[in-house]
Amino acid sequence: MMKNMDTNTANIVIQARNLTKRFGDFTATDAISFEVYKGEIFGFLGANGAGKTTAMKILIGISKPSAGEAQVAGFDVYTQAELIKKNIGYMSQKFSLYEDLTIRENIRFFGGIYGLSRAELKIKGDALIKKLGLEAEADKLVASLPLGWRQKLSFSIAILHNPQIVFLDEPTGGVDPLTRRQFWDMIYEAAHRGVTIFVTTHYMDEAEYCDRVSIMVDGKIEALASPKKLKEQFHAQSMDEVFHQLARKAKRAE
Amino acid sequence: MRLFIAFIFKEFKHILRDQRTLFILFGMPIVQIILFGFALTNEVKDSKIVILDQAHDAFSQRLIQRLDASQYFDIERVLYQSDAIHEVFKTGKIKLAVVFPPRFQHELLHTNQASVQLIADASDPNTASTVTMYASAILKDFQDELIAQTPLPYSIKPEIRMLYNPQLKGAYNFVPGVMAMILLLISAMMTSIAIVREKELGTMEVLLVSPVPPLMVIVTKAIPYIFLSLINVTTILLLSVFLLDVPIQGSIVLLIAESLLFILAALALGLFISTITNSQQVAMLASLMVLMLPTLIFSGFMFPIENMPKPMQIISNFIPSKWYFFIVRDVMIKGLGFKSIWKESLILVAMTCVYVGIAWRNYKIRLE
Repeated sequence: MMKNMDTNTANIVIQARNLTKRFGDFTATDAISFEVYKGEIFGFLGANGAGKTTAMKILIGISKPSAGEAQVAGFDVYTQAELIKKNIGYMSQKFSLYEDLTIRENIRFFGGIYGLSRAELKIKGDALIKKLGLEAEADKLVASLPLGWRQKLSFSIAILHNPQIVFLDEPTGGVDPLTRRQFWDMIYEAAHRGVTIFVTTHYMDEAEYCDRVSIMVDGKIEALASPKKLKEQFHAQSMDEVFHQLARKAKRAE
Repeated sequence: MRLFIAFIFKEFKHILRDQRTLFILFGMPIVQIILFGFALTNEVKDSKIVILDQAHDAFSQRLIQRLDASQYFDIERVLYQSDAIHEVFKTGKIKLAVVFPPRFQHELLHTNQASVQLIADASDPNTASTVTMYASAILKDFQDELIAQTPLPYSIKPEIRMLYNPQLKGAYNFVPGVMAMILLLISAMMTSIAIVREKELGTMEVLLVSPVPPLMVIVTKAIPYIFLSLINVTTILLLSVFLLDVPIQGSIVLLIAESLLFILAALALGLFISTITNSQQVAMLASLMVLMLPTLIFSGFMFPIENMPKPMQIISNFIPSKWYFFIVRDVMIKGLGFKSIWKESLILVAMTCVYVGIAWRNYKIRLE
């Protein structure tokens, strides 16, 4: 499934240089630097409290860094947060649809937020419902959908407005392995269409699916490479082992 | 603008599809008005009393008839032995015992003096003082009639007029209080819960990551509650006029405008609560403790503020419902115009500005 990585600088969609966020004396994100290329699936790993949520909040434009630089989709996180927001999609670890609205209403509402016109929403919404095979359920409340379906719907809505990058914050938490596999099929499909995927996860088998993986420990990026290279580098059989070798060094309490 | 409407529609759908919310929104005003109107009244009617008539003369009979005829008392029993009195009070049903001494009429006519003993059950002090007051008034009336036959050298007769509320109806006091309470609950509690619920569900995060301005997210959440609060103001006013016979003496337009001002103050408070809480339960508890309780205690609708210790009186000034309560009472009951309530209105405006300021600052800090 690996694609040829074009590391041409023109294809950089996220660039972070010495990105730092401090809360008082506590440095949540300590001068991290990395690049993410167009169309790749970038796994952003780290134990709880390692600082990945803080870093992600800066990248999606809802938090300002204390120091360092970052561009997302070509826009600066300090001054162009509004433009960043328009060009990204986001799905949080918490389930992020309205349970008391129907599937169609959710699609219309969240699509409308990203400025899709009524006509566009109609066409795209119908196509989405058909693709997910939810024609019969389209006018039922989301509350009646099983968790796995909600997650797929949530992801589809997050990329409905064709964002350049989609940020997924632990998107598969609490989902059974089979549904997780199907979910990742959707991620691959989006990546093939050129959408860049920035994903955090707790599941190390999912880390294997990523094109490149970064692992944060105590606010710093301790490793960044493809899963294959990381396993060679740490003489490990699986990403799970790699992760535990690094996480063991962590000094911060959770 | 299309987005603005979409947000408001979404909020209405949340409200209309949640039966619990609907019940609180529309059931509560009706339940409260009926509760306060018919169950929780401090007027004392049909109190059960007993009579110990040791005189058995014409005067005592006439007085007993009067007590029985009054709407305040129901004579439960006539006793003949004084030690039975303690027994009847133990049942808890009897509020008052009226004791006529032997030779009541005789003493009154020959010594110009006779006493009637009133024994009240003071385990409920308010009722006790009310029933003794009513009974004394009846005795006084009787005495006045006797005196009328023999002219007195001097006499001062107080002529009492109860302004604004001639029948001394409790409803005149609690309708403004219930309005303050309902508006505060709906505007502040429901709005804070609605916002916190989005935080809990994680949808708030999605909205904040989207290009929609945060201000619009908040404003559109509040607007449906302004609308619903106005419906509630109307419901309460209709109920009080047609069910409780409390007329609206002043201008309805002024009353609605002042209510709108109070709704805005309450919304600002709700917004503030939503910025400091993260779960619906905490938001609800905070609303009840910070808003509901002070409204009951400090607005003056249950306990007169003048009788409170000085520090409590000072605290009461910081409770917005107190000022709204004054405004509604002045406009609705006394029929006064804006001239008499501009000070209260100004205080509410100032409070609203302060709450909005604090809430907005907190909200921004959260975003940073």
